[in-house]
Amino acid sequence: MNQHIVQNVGELPTYGFGPRSGPWWGAMGFITLEGMGFAVAVGAYLYLYAVNPTWPIGAPPPDLWPGSLATALYLLSVIPNQYTNRVAHRQDLRKVRACLIVMSLIGIVLLVLRGFEFAHLNTRWDNSAYGSIVWLILGLHTTHLATDLADTVVLTVLMFTSHAKPRRFSDVTDNVFYWNFVVLAWLPLYVLLDWVPRL
Amino acid sequence: MSAWMRSGLVLLAAWPLGACAGRQSALDPHALQSADILRIFVAFLVVAAVVWIAVVVVLAVGLWRQPSLSRHPLALHPPFERRAGQIVLGLGIATVLIVLALSLVSYAGQRSVFAKDPNALTLKITGHQWWWEVSYEADSPHLSFVTANEIRIPVEQPVRVQLQSADVIHSFWIPSLTGKMDLITGQQNEIQFTAKRAGVYRGQCAEFCGLQHAHMAFAVIALPQDEFKRWRDHENQSAGSPVDPLSKRGEELFRARGCALCHTVRGTLAGGQLGPDLTHFGSRTTIAAGTLPLNSASLGAWLADPQHIKPGNLMPQMALQSDELIAIHHYLEQLK
Amino acid sequence: MTLVAQHSELHDDALDGLQLSTRLDRIWRTPSGLIGALTSVDHKVVGRRYILTAFVFLLLGGILAILMRLQLAGAEKHVLSADLYNQVFTMHGSTMMFLFAVPVMEAFAVYLVPLMVGTRNIAFPRLNAFSYWIFLFGGCFLWISFLFNVGPDVGWFAYVPLSNLQFTPSKRADVWAQMITFTEVAALAVAVEIIVTVFKQRAPGMTLDRIPIFVWSMLVTAFLVMFAMPSVMIASMSLILDRLVNTHFFDAAAGGNALLWQHLFWFFGHPEVYIIFLPATGMASAILATFARRPVIGYPVIVLSLIATGFLSFGLWVHHMFVTGLPQLGAALFTANSMLIAVPSGLQIFCWLATLWDGRPIYRTPLLFVLGFVVVFVIGGLSGVMVASVPIDTQVHDTYFVVAHFHYVLIGGAVFPLIGAVYYWFPKISGRMLSERLGRWNFWLAFIGFNVAFFPMHILGLMGMPRRVYTYTPDMGWDRLNLLSSCGAALFAVSFVLLIANVVVSVRRGAPAGRNPWDASTLEWATTSPPPSYNFDRIPAVDHREPLWSDTESLRVVAGLSVERREVLLTSLAEADPQIREASPEPSIWPLLTALATTVFFICTIFTPWAVLWGTPPMAVALIGWFWPTGSREDEE
Ligand code: HEA
Ligand code: HEA
Ligand code: HEC
Ligand code: CUA
Ligand SMILES: [Cu+2]
Repeated sequence: MNQHIVQNVGELPTYGFGPRSGPWWGAMGFITLEGMGFAVAVGAYLYLYAVNPTWPIGAPPPDLWPGSLATALYLLSVIPNQYTNRVAHRQDLRKVRACLIVMSLIGIVLLVLRGFEFAHLNTRWDNSAYGSIVWLILGLHTTHLATDLADTVVLTVLMFTSHAKPRRFSDVTDNVFYWNFVVLAWLPLYVLLDWVPRL
Repeated sequence: MSAWMRSGLVLLAAWPLGACAGRQSALDPHALQSADILRIFVAFLVVAAVVWIAVVVVLAVGLWRQPSLSRHPLALHPPFERRAGQIVLGLGIATVLIVLALSLVSYAGQRSVFAKDPNALTLKITGHQWWWEVSYEADSPHLSFVTANEIRIPVEQPVRVQLQSADVIHSFWIPSLTGKMDLITGQQNEIQFTAKRAGVYRGQCAEFCGLQHAHMAFAVIALPQDEFKRWRDHENQSAGSPVDPLSKRGEELFRARGCALCHTVRGTLAGGQLGPDLTHFGSRTTIAAGTLPLNSASLGAWLADPQHIKPGNLMPQMALQSDELIAIHHYLEQLK
Repeated sequence: MTLVAQHSELHDDALDGLQLSTRLDRIWRTPSGLIGALTSVDHKVVGRRYILTAFVFLLLGGILAILMRLQLAGAEKHVLSADLYNQVFTMHGSTMMFLFAVPVMEAFAVYLVPLMVGTRNIAFPRLNAFSYWIFLFGGCFLWISFLFNVGPDVGWFAYVPLSNLQFTPSKRADVWAQMITFTEVAALAVAVEIIVTVFKQRAPGMTLDRIPIFVWSMLVTAFLVMFAMPSVMIASMSLILDRLVNTHFFDAAAGGNALLWQHLFWFFGHPEVYIIFLPATGMASAILATFARRPVIGYPVIVLSLIATGFLSFGLWVHHMFVTGLPQLGAALFTANSMLIAVPSGLQIFCWLATLWDGRPIYRTPLLFVLGFVVVFVIGGLSGVMVASVPIDTQVHDTYFVVAHFHYVLIGGAVFPLIGAVYYWFPKISGRMLSERLGRWNFWLAFIGFNVAFFPMHILGLMGMPRRVYTYTPDMGWDRLNLLSSCGAALFAVSFVLLIANVVVSVRRGAPAGRNPWDASTLEWATTSPPPSYNFDRIPAVDHREPLWSDTESLRVVAGLSVERREVLLTSLAEADPQIREASPEPSIWPLLTALATTVFFICTIFTPWAVLWGTPPMAVALIGWFWPTGSREDEE
């Protein structure tokens, strides 16, 4: 079948930021389905909450300070995160490196803090359905946090190697994007885990 | 559509057969509820048949009116396209109306089928792997009693059955009386029906509940009011103490060989809870939750090796000497 | 150097004909030999494997079905013991749903969607390879367990408490639950790939209203997967936790709830059936247009129906729970909802009827299967409307009436169009035609066999035969119809033997197909059969919904993609205007290694929770290896 060329795309860029790029949509996809996972877990929590006369079951509500402290940190972390986004768009390698280190450290601190959150849930997964569901939800978000941290660390290392090429800045912005989701996902969970049992 | 005809004929051939094979059939109702449901079903069936025939006819005609010469696929005729679009949407709207109508019919049916009658006879049924515990509750405790795998009810009187489970989920279903309802762990459900005719109706567990789900049936025996009262008063009594020496020995063995660990025989020391109550076992029609009709042979076989008759059921083989077996057999049979 | 490289780089406008194709083939070819096979990221290679594997699982599941039909052919038969029967029907259902029906649809999408939207490879090709390996390993895990007599025996929806540790102390329930995890991971991966491929890699000019209907159906399906599958993953995870570290999600004694499981499962389980059905309707539309020799009437109606079905399907799950004692009014609402979904399905049927009414039908095997599909599926759909009524459902729930319903919709609604699709696209995939004579035999045997096998089940259900019973007594009066059904099943099985024979013979001896044997209109037919590794030597440019019909003698294309490295053209979401020449990954062994690590992780975690600790590092390492730049030119700018 003979062809006739109607357009030449030779001058188009070979990478882009945000919705123009493929990986951004990939991240979007995974965010959606992970978000759905959280939604379902929250649904399960509320269902058990609804069918049980007493809530929490056989345990005091979680202590407030670890969760609240973490929440504050999550919210604050948005600032350096957005700054990372800006410098990545400017393709300023030095600043990007610095920011990525900061974000990695924040992630580590939050992961440690997560340990305290578990310790102060005041219930065990095998105490009751209440214990099970709160451990499940906190566990889900922890894997979430951990994977994104790992991601950030790897990317940080990458930016210190010879592979720190322009197209990597697009990856950095996707990482920023993903972190915002980790934060966003946490807020309703914080309310659910720490405040709903106090209703 | 020859194949279609074929299975259509199957339907015709099978329908009367279906209707009369009435041991356990939704097609021959003997209660208000099952009759209501069958009526709704037929209504839906008619609508469905009409819709299907319409579709197939349009399809057939559309194919049959073979337009002559072929043409370029994109040489379309705009007016036709518009008309077709309108017709499709029209049919869509028709569909909306039909399904809404059907939903209403269905809901009306629900209202009548699930109507509750406050002064209904209440009994509680507990599902076990793989048998049914039946307890008749009455305001005065000494009028309440427990039996198994066989439910007797009065005709023309609403019966409310409270359903619960001792282990996994089962489902209580007597097609010719009414639809099913699950027995769910940690929850109590309720179902109500009113038998119109006296008779024996078979029921069966309808929710997969493990190895012997297939052998978890029961019999519902609808009796005229007075007969039911007589039965109830009799059933309410504890087992009379055996008279002849053989069944006396049977009673002792029943305790000695551990049957009593699992079975209750009211009026004796046998108070086990793991198995069916056997107080008036001799008067039942089936054995092992409808697995076999109850007779001397089937009882003997059961006692000799319950695992052979109902593999995997929760009654172990009891390794009885033949003379012991005879004695227990005799004892159980006279538990009328 | 990078900037220089970019400009000095050779593009496909500089070359032509053979030169161009050899150049492209050099960079896109999957290396030959074992390494090549294990590292391939070509969507056609992976898609072919995916399709083949899914059909093997159809055969395995089908053979189990034949066993069940033998056992049920008469009263009190002893072909299968109670224990084996329970494993067999569970394996049958799980295999058919999770290892055949869903994967086979996604497999066709993996093969066809990139071709239909005119791009060179699927988005995230390595993820695609990973998805296949996970699917394969998950399926093998299930079937090997079965051969070692730890096949699940709790039904394909594994209701608790039966599947709790107390009532299923063996590993059988864990095997089921973890098989779910495998298949869902695989499905979710493909869903993301499809969405991104359709959103970003459509040929220039393929605006939203020019997307082929099959691609639309796969797009909607991908979204269904994304929103439905997390639910069953949470469910199976909770089940494993209950069984392994005694959490109490489903333990009524400790505040858990048995119905929670049913809600979680069916919130996935109902959309699942449309995940199977919608792609099939897409296939039907594609085949219909080609053999009715005209575009399908009501393109917008069909697309909107697909989307509407997608939305509605999340509001129906409770119709699987009508006899669990839910509030009456609530149940009634789900009745209305369930019936409403008849509307979008109906609209599609009506559009097809209209298309045939005006069409100039050419009776080839694919069309036969689509016609059979319409006739049979409508029966299944209508029986669906019946069971959607609460009072009716209280009688037929968990009986053979429901078994009849879902085989009519699953086989009539999905397998028939699927077999049609095999006949339709086999020439594209293999370059050879399937035998038309065998095809007709195949169809009529399938059509007759299917109806004889499954129609009697409606009546059996009404006659009080519950499902999942391994035997029944002669006095129930069920034996005649069961025997008839078994005979039908045998006929139906033979039709599959014919299909296998046809494929095996034609792959070698079939008549050469050429580019476009059916004179179809969509882009996959614009390239050679089988397509070259790079799909199109130049990316097609679309200006019509039926490109190959609107412009028959020449193909409009865009030029300017690199011929020195793998590149795909990204276009804008709505208008499909070219935006980026994005690099597309090279073959890699890491997806396979990651899949292996994941498999070890999944399997070990059903034996000990500690596997989470020592199972994670290997996965992490594999993933880093996967994403670490290779230094090859496409990452280096
Ligand atoms: C491809 C898979 C598929 C499809 C497409 C459907 C389609 C439908 N299904 Fe089905 N269903 C299953 C697969 C499927 N189902 C499975 C696997 C189960 C059993 C799970 C298990 O228990 O193991 C099941 C079970 C099931 C149940 C639970 C039964 C029970 O367990 O008691 C119900 C109840 O409402 C139901 C309803 C419907 C309805 C209303 C549709 C509708 O979408 C049908 C709509 C289509 C039509 C109606 C025909 C075309 C329309 C017209 C020609 C227009 C005119 C029509 C009218 C005016 C009515 N299905
Ligand atoms: C897409 C899904 C799908 C498909 C295609 C089928 C196909 C078939 N099913 Fe399936 N079935 C289900 C999905 C499906 N089923 C589900 C979900 C359940 C519920 C399970 C549960 O309750 O948990 C079920 C349950 C179910 C039951 C009820 C079991 C019970 O409740 O006790 C029965 C009984 O007859 C049955 C029969 C059949 C038959 C005869 C076929 C036939 O179509 C099979 C046709 C035969 C083949 C496809 C094999 C052909 C090939 C050969 C034999 C050639 C020889 C082999 C080689 C050359 C290698 N099925
Ligand atoms: C470990 C508990 C256990 C012991 C011990 C036991 N049984 Fe049973 N028995 C059961 C269970 C459970 C069933 C119900 C089996 C079924 O139908 O699934 C049953 C059923 C029966 C039935 C049928 C009841 C009916 O309604 O159909 C009879 C009769 C019976 N047992 C007699 C005996 C005798 C006699 C012995 C002693 C020799 C005995 N059982 C010992 C548990 C036990
Ligand atoms: Cu009890 Cu099935
Ligand atoms: Cu459904």
